[in-house]
Formats: sequence, C-alpha cells, structure tokens
Amino acid sequence: MQGVPGLVALVAVSLATLAIGSYGLRLSRTTSDFYVASRSVRPGLNASAIGGEYLSAASFLGVAALVLTSGAQMLWYPVGWTAGYLVLLVLVAAPLRRSGAYTLPDFAEARLDSRRVRALCSVLVVAIGWLYLLPQFQGAGLTLAAAVGAPAWVGAVVVGLVVVVGVGGGGMRSVTLVQAFQYWLKLTALLLPAVVLLVVWRGDGAPGVGAVGDGWSMPLGAGERGLYTTYSLVLATFLGTMGLPHVVVRFYTNPDGRAARRTTLVVLGLLGAFYLLPPVYAVLGRAYGAAPDDTLVLELPRLVVDGPLGDVLTGLVTAGAFAAFLSTSSGLALAVTGVLAQDVLTGRSAGGLSGVAAFRVGASVAVAVPLAAAVLAPDLSVARAVGLAFAVAASTFCPLLLLGIWWRGLTGHGAVAGLVVGGLGSAAGVVWAVADGTEGGWTDTLLAQPAAWSVPLAFATMLGVSRVTRHRVPVHTRRFMVRLHTPEVVPLDRG
Amino acid sequence: MSEPRPPRVRVTGPPRRRHAPTARTGDIDEQTALGSVYLDSLLREQLALALRVLAVLALTVGSLPLLFHLAPGLAGVRLLGLPLAWVLLGGLVHPWLLLLGWRYVRRAERNERDFVLLLQMDSDMDTET
Repeated sequence: MQGVPGLVALVAVSLATLAIGSYGLRLSRTTSDFYVASRSVRPGLNASAIGGEYLSAASFLGVAALVLTSGAQMLWYPVGWTAGYLVLLVLVAAPLRRSGAYTLPDFAEARLDSRRVRALCSVLVVAIGWLYLLPQFQGAGLTLAAAVGAPAWVGAVVVGLVVVVGVGGGGMRSVTLVQAFQYWLKLTALLLPAVVLLVVWRGDGAPGVGAVGDGWSMPLGAGERGLYTTYSLVLATFLGTMGLPHVVVRFYTNPDGRAARRTTLVVLGLLGAFYLLPPVYAVLGRAYGAAPDDTLVLELPRLVVDGPLGDVLTGLVTAGAFAAFLSTSSGLALAVTGVLAQDVLTGRSAGGLSGVAAFRVGASVAVAVPLAAAVLAPDLSVARAVGLAFAVAASTFCPLLLLGIWWRGLTGHGAVAGLVVGGLGSAAGVVWAVADGTEGGWTDTLLAQPAAWSVPLAFATMLGVSRVTRHRVPVHTRRFMVRLHTPEVVPLDRG
Repeated sequence: MSEPRPPRVRVTGPPRRRHAPTARTGDIDEQTALGSVYLDSLLREQLALALRVLAVLALTVGSLPLLFHLAPGLAGVRLLGLPLAWVLLGGLVHPWLLLLGWRYVRRAERNERDFVLLLQMDSDMDTET
C-alpha cells in the first residue's frame, strides 16, 4: 500500500513522456528536426522546455533538503540558478543564437577557426554532461527506493531507458514538447501539495515559525570561510549556467536573436515562480520535524496529512521528481549526443554513420557511461556533483563565450590555454570531492568551492595568452563579430 | 542566311540607382572604416548596457553576503514576521531578477532598432545624392 502512489506516478510520468515523445516523432523527419527542431520553436514553448530541462533533481528535491539542513545560506543555490539566466540573457543569449552554430564546439570552431579548440570543447561538453548526468541517475535511484522500496539501481536504469528511447527516438523536436510538458508538471507537483500543506499547517495553528531565529536565517556560513564559500558559490552559479551544454544547445532552437532574448526572459519568470516553492517545504519540514535528507519533499505530505489525501499528494510529488530526472537527463543526453554524433561518429573518420543513425548510437553511449558509473559507484554526493558541474562550466565555457562574443583579441592559443587552466583548476575540486578529502582548513574550503579562484584564473590566462599571440587573431574575426551582434533584419552576408 | 543567329541579349538602360537600399550593410560586410564605426557603436552600446545591468545585480543581490557578514545583526531583523534573509532570498529576489531582465530586453531591442534606422537613413541619403 505504501508504494502504490509512487508506482502509479512513476508509470504515469513514463507513459506520458513516451506518448508525447512519439507524438513529436511523427513531426520529426529531417536531421535538422533531430538537432534543433528545425530552429522554429516559439519563445513561450521554448522557455517552458528550458525550464523543464533545467529544473533537475537538485532543484526539485535537493534545495528543500539543503535549506532544511543548513538554513538560509542554501537559498543561494536557487537564487544563483535563476540569476545565471539573467547573466546569460545580457551577455550571451542573442549573440550566441546569431552565431548560427549548434553546440559549444561549433561556436568555438567558427569563432576561432581552430580544430584544436573544437576538440577540447567537445571533451569538456562530454565531461560536464556526464558529471551532471551522474547525480540525476543516482537521484532517480534514491527516489524510487524511497517511493516503492526498489533497489537503487532500478530507478537509474528506468530513467536511462526512457531517456534513450525519448532522445534517440525523436530528437530535439520531440524532446522540446516533452520538456515543456515536464516544466508544468513539476510546477504543479510542487505547487498543489504546498498549498494544501500550508492550509493544513494553518489549521494546526501555524507551528514552528517562532523557532526561526538562530543561524537558520543567516544567508551565509560563519567567518571568513563562510563568506568565501558563499561568494564562490554565487560566482559558480551566476557564471556557470551559460556554460552548461544542455542550456546552450537550446538557444539554437530559437528562430532568431530577438526570440532568444525573449525566451530567456520568460525563463527567468518560470524559474522564479518555481523556486518560491522549495523553501516552503523546508520551513514546513522544520515545523513538523522531518528528517533532513534528500527525500524531504517526498516524505513531507504523508507527515503532515493522513489518509488518501496524503497518498495523492505523495503520488504528485513523486511524479514531479521523476519528471525532473527525466527532463534534465534528456537535455543533457541530447547535448552530449550532439557532440558525440557530430565529432566522433559521423563523417570525418572512415566508415562514419549517417546523420540520424549516428544520433541514435550517440544517445545510447551518452546515457550508458554515466548510468554505469551511477550503478557502480552510488556513493558520490548528489548535490556536490551538480555544484562541481557548475564550477567547471564557469571556469571553462564562461570565459570562452564572454571573450569570444565581446573581445576581438581572442586567439585559438589563448582559448586553449584558458580552457586547460580553468578545467584543471576546477577539476581539482572534482577530484577532491570524489576522494572525499576532509581537512577542515582553508585548503579544503578552496578546493571544495574552486570557482572564486579558478574563474578569474581562466579569464586571466585566456586574456594573457591571447595578447602574447595577438598575431594569430583569426582573419575573419571582425566579420564573425558583425554576425553575432547585428540584428537579423539587417540583410548581411551570414555565411 | 547560313550565318548562325547571334544569341539573344537583354537590352537595359543604365542602372537608375548606384546603391541598393541597404547599401550600408555592404560597408559592414566589407569591413570598411564606416562599417567599423557602425558596428563599434552598436557593440559598445550593447556591452555598456549589459555591464550596467550586471553592476546593478552585483550591487543589490551580490552585496547581500558581504552585508550580512559585516552586520550579522541583520539576521534577526524581521519583515512581515519573517526573517529578512528569507524574505529577500526566498521571495523578493525573483521578481527583481525578472524586472532587471525585462528592462534589459527593452533597451537592447531599442539599441538594435536605432542601429537599423541609422543604416536605413544613411542608405536613403546615398540614393538621393
């Protein structure tokens, strides 16, 4: 009986996802459909899809649990994840769309005319994508274990299979529909229970609010190290969003640069609306003495409400959590697939596969590797892996995009040097987290949150090496910059 | 009679206009000095706008950790019965980000409109002379 609502929710979400995906498949015919939905997605639908793709397990389950455990300082996660879209909007959105490239490696190659930069970017996209996919699969395992008592690997495998079928089957056109649906499902799945729980809570005499006094309402940790950690987190999330491969790929599905901006603006609204809710769960969890772990959102309805209503609400949040894993994994798998299919499986090497076939093989590889890692090594902390993906993205693709879009002086050599330095610096943090080093001093703090030093270091390296190799600035730079910044109504030679 | 017929030739008058209506975009494409000036002005304008928005973001949202670090007493301040940090980070920050984004989009689109008008005005003048 305990597991029934969760099981119903799981089956319903998986079926709805596959149904919408196969509807999208009927509309997908060309390779362009597979990759970029033929660049014709309207801002409203596209923004819903971006929201659906972006709101991962970390947002749906992780934030509420973190805030319950550590208080207001963890509110910087949702704030940073939203503000990252504002930074992306003002610095990257329209030029990136106008660049006419599909993936980050495409952009790098077109801008810098260098195969080496392209190869390096491809490696980074796959690395960040897998780093981000791993916790999604692990979270799915945890959720299914909590909801129906299945062993942890079952959830991971179910999500992996649905993602491969969805991505490999229908490509971008069908993923867009699926993810737009999943944003609204996630919002509903968090909003409706929150409203019911708040009503019940008021009926119970609104307990627990008076207790909010101690460190729980302090928005940063104690001392200088608390200040450093918070600012490093802010930097990683504000700047890392633009460098996440699944976020960037979405921008190529906009019809033009102006639509890309408007889409991003709608995304800001959708994310803001969603992120108002997890803190409500944290506060209620504290009021009702819930256990402070990742299953808080799933457990809270039954804790507050008895009987069938509690079961229905539990089913709803389980459905939302599952939608979160599915949509984020689909987006990431799609981005990694794009790179694998374009750079590894097609064309240039002998015996390359045709477009759609390469896409399908790529999708399987993109999912299989992190899925195996999640099943074999299920102990890596979920929230930390996501945080590190942001730190790596902020230390590598953020400088590449910002300097590539706004500075003519960037050279291929500068880009390579900056990507390597930023990548290695932030990867040191990844290794530290995997090795689970706990020294407790400044070294630990600096490595646990590398963004505050690795991002400036990457920028400085990229700028410095580009200045030294300034005779290597690609000849077509000015022409490319023109394309990035000129509105589409001006009839330019857009190559 | 046996001579082959010469191929047909279309006879037209001299071109009426020396430039197409969008002549100035040629300047941009061909990277003339004038094209550079146009592009630089747009680029500077858009970058300045972006940096202004980011400065406002840094001064408002970005300064909060430092503010609470320097004045820890703020954690005890209550607004509408809730602690200040919760009201700011859990609620008000989201409409604020949306407002900043909305103002940015309006200004950026206006900059681009002005740029397009500038190009059109210029090519109109060209065709008249």
